[in-house]
Amino acid sequence: MTMKTLKTLGILTLVFFLGAFSKTVNLTDAGYDIGDIAADFSLKNIDGTMVSLADFGNAKGFLVIFTCNTCPYAVAYEDRIIALDAKYKPLGVPVIAINPNNPAVKPGDSYAEMKVRAQEKGFTFPYVFDEGQTVYPQYGATRTPHVFLLEKTDEGNKVVYIGAIDDNYQDAALVEEKYVENAVDAMLAESEIEVKTTRAIGCSIKV
Amino acid sequence: MRHLFFCLLFFFVLSCVDKRKEPVASSNGEVGQTVAKSHEIDFPIYDFEGLTPLLHQTDGKTYIINFWATWCKPCVEELPYFEKVYAEQKDNDVEVILVSLDMPSMWKSRLEPFVAEKGLKSRVVILDDPKQNEWIPKIDENWGGGIPATLIYNTKKRSFFEQGFTYEELKKELHKFL
Repeated sequence: MTMKTLKTLGILTLVFFLGAFSKTVNLTDAGYDIGDIAADFSLKNIDGTMVSLADFGNAKGFLVIFTCNTCPYAVAYEDRIIALDAKYKPLGVPVIAINPNNPAVKPGDSYAEMKVRAQEKGFTFPYVFDEGQTVYPQYGATRTPHVFLLEKTDEGNKVVYIGAIDDNYQDAALVEEKYVENAVDAMLAESEIEVKTTRAIGCSIKV
Repeated sequence: MRHLFFCLLFFFVLSCVDKRKEPVASSNGEVGQTVAKSHEIDFPIYDFEGLTPLLHQTDGKTYIINFWATWCKPCVEELPYFEKVYAEQKDNDVEVILVSLDMPSMWKSRLEPFVAEKGLKSRVVILDDPKQNEWIPKIDENWGGGIPATLIYNTKKRSFFEQGFTYEELKKELHKFL
């Protein structure tokens, strides 16, 4: 075995171990982890205007929620998303709902259908369409509903929580842990967010 | 009189069939306690604790555990491949268990008619446990929670897939276990 092959082997082993360690902290293979700075976007809202995070000058943060019209889990959470917006928009943390689904695959999630659903439910927040499905992969959203809590900092909009809204999709009355509310409350109080990532069954994003 | 006897026999058999659904036990006697509300539904209903034994069978067979729901389009699309693989491999010590994540309101209205209409031959069970953040990582550390998702295991090997399968892909993965 030559020196060169030994060296290559050594580097490969190192890369392998580095890979193995980084894997354990990375829940989503692509997309944001806790602490990353989220990129801004410009997506079309149901009222025809374009929405960006930069539009919200006074916001302290954002609840970016990937959701849609058709997923039963997303539907089960609609009222709770409206409640989150009602509670936290006045405190500077508005909900921005993004539909990441490709309507060619899921016609019920078309832009026109989004307008209908938002009207029916009386959404109080922007419900924007990820046209071309380009934003959700940057975030690493994999399912609906999938929440990313962003904190506005000097460096940019920092990802501070990723996951589910709470621990009971079936029945809001039986919820024991309100993950998102706990995270926003801690963020606003400038204290440590205890649960930074959670998992939940959801509908995989249709592309 | 004879008819009456057969009628009675029929109802007796029916009531026996019904009993089967309460505690579900396999030949090794340790598989899964269903939760209480199961008696009206065609399939056993487990919480995660009840389902766990099905994820750790040690009888030498290879188990394909597919997590799905009737409302999940890519799940429904891949079901025929699981059925086909099961038909081909059941005599080769392969079991397929379709774990439905349909919501309670859908069990009677959607799940039962769906399984009947498609004539599914694989075993269907229901997982009803809202504490998803607790049990999802116990099935696989890297599972984010999207479905379809599939676990293939036997006593020697275990692989988890947060993805849909084609027939060819499923067959290829299964063959790594056989």
